[in-house]
Amino acid sequence: MFEDLRDLYQEVIFDHNRNPRNFYVMENYDRMVEGFNPLCGDRLTLFLKMDGNTITDASFQGSGCAISTASVSLMTEIIKGKTQAEAEDLFHTFHKITTGKSEDLQLEAVGKLAVLAGVREYPARVKCATLAWHTLDAALKNEQTSISTE
Amino acid sequence: MTYPIEKIRADFPILNEKIRNKPLVYLDNAASCQKPQAVIDSIVKLYSHDYANVHRGVHTLSVRSTDLFEAAREKVKTFINAQSEKEIIFVRSATDAINLIAQTYGKANIHAGDEIIITAMEHHSNIVPWQMLCEEKGAILKVAPMNMAGELLMPEFEALLNSKTKLISVVHMSNALGTINPVEKIIELAHARNIPVLLDGAQAIPHTPVDVQKLDCDFYVFSGHKLYAPTGVGVLYGKQALLEAMPPYQGGGDMIRTVTFEKSTYAGLPHKFEAGTPSIAEVIGLGAAIDYLNTIGMDKIAAHEAELLAYATQEALKIDGLKIIGEAKEKGAILSFTLGKIHPHDIGTMLDSLGIAIRAGHHCAMPVMDFYKVPATARASFAMYNTKAEIDVLISGVKNLIEMFG
Repeated sequence: MFEDLRDLYQEVIFDHNRNPRNFYVMENYDRMVEGFNPLCGDRLTLFLKMDGNTITDASFQGSGCAISTASVSLMTEIIKGKTQAEAEDLFHTFHKITTGKSEDLQLEAVGKLAVLAGVREYPARVKCATLAWHTLDAALKNEQTSISTE
Repeated sequence: MTYPIEKIRADFPILNEKIRNKPLVYLDNAASCQKPQAVIDSIVKLYSHDYANVHRGVHTLSVRSTDLFEAAREKVKTFINAQSEKEIIFVRSATDAINLIAQTYGKANIHAGDEIIITAMEHHSNIVPWQMLCEEKGAILKVAPMNMAGELLMPEFEALLNSKTKLISVVHMSNALGTINPVEKIIELAHARNIPVLLDGAQAIPHTPVDVQKLDCDFYVFSGHKLYAPTGVGVLYGKQALLEAMPPYQGGGDMIRTVTFEKSTYAGLPHKFEAGTPSIAEVIGLGAAIDYLNTIGMDKIAAHEAELLAYATQEALKIDGLKIIGEAKEKGAILSFTLGKIHPHDIGTMLDSLGIAIRAGHHCAMPVMDFYKVPATARASFAMYNTKAEIDVLISGVKNLIEMFG
């Protein structure tokens, strides 16, 4: 019945929505930032453990739609072990695949995150996928304790 | 006479649209209604043959536009049974109308320590203007509570009334829950204590006949776009004596009698509150929408929608895991629901892929979402042109998406 949505709701997304990875309140975190999308009420708290410039651990709490939950779940997996600069590069590439034109997609550069590229066809849902990354960006810059997509 | 559903559907050209290759099932009417051909035609005709600015020139087109504009005011007057066309003020929206009352009636009559009463189910547009006024004046905003069905608790409401209460502003029909409030009783209780009542009719007006004299409300506000008319026009009804006593809202052209650099005198009603060039085409479009609704009859529309709501509720309750938010006994054609852990935005996107337009979100009623402890709901809202067959499409879509989420 939902054939048209297979690009957006891939099985990986359902899997991460049902069983989010790194879904717990971290003790002894180094960074904690809350991300909020007032338009749909998505709310998440991101925790990071840092060793110098390297992210050694990441976890999250919160509630949101399947796209935002899968996005943050996948993100916490992929950023572990990355340096701040590497994570920021990944954010920029991710931003391009979720908002850019399909011809210049660099899907291979984002690995597993490529499953979220489908949101580019759904402008109203792009913020769901990018909320996690904007929250990470704020956490890495260590500027704020909460961010909003509006 | 049976309800002429086929004719009505044929009158709304957008209903022929295909959305993602499926026939459009438009169930987002509480956000905004679609427009009949008669309304579209009225605007095309105006701009093609009759358009000029109103209330100004002596030339033919200005006279034609002014006549059409003032005829629309007369139609609104009759539609809600106001006593005089002086009581019909054209504004930009229902929100604009509430802000107008807060900034004129409110500023003149509400002082430090005074109280304004609203309810727990208000739209942000009937919360924020009062918060702003209370902050400015040192007045207090009181919120009458509701039960889990989404019904106003009348004893608690009555207990809030006291000598400090200067205004009661209540939604006639809730956009998030569908609840129709016992406004006659509210007005009776308020008037027994000489407290004026403002009814926010944005949601009620397309669904039920409204008679402001019978209600005896002091103010009634609504927007055109939810009444099958264009955006950019709203109506403020106020009892003439109240409007006369209120200071003007915005200053400018059209609202004055004389202007010198020392002092200006203001125009009489309704122009006192209509500064600047109004939304001419939109007002005329609102007149056309009212003409169209009168050919069907608001009572027949209300009966059709009650049937749709009863059917949708009955079918929705058969779905495991579906929870209806808003189960008031007196309820308009709105079905707000949640599906356990499936987020309303996922529901919205999935139904859109089937051509079904619903609203997913907080419906500009964040306190209502907090009350039910949900971040958002999915909301299907019905209008005069919807059918049981469309509800079947919705219900089947919901069943299938639950299966997909597993």
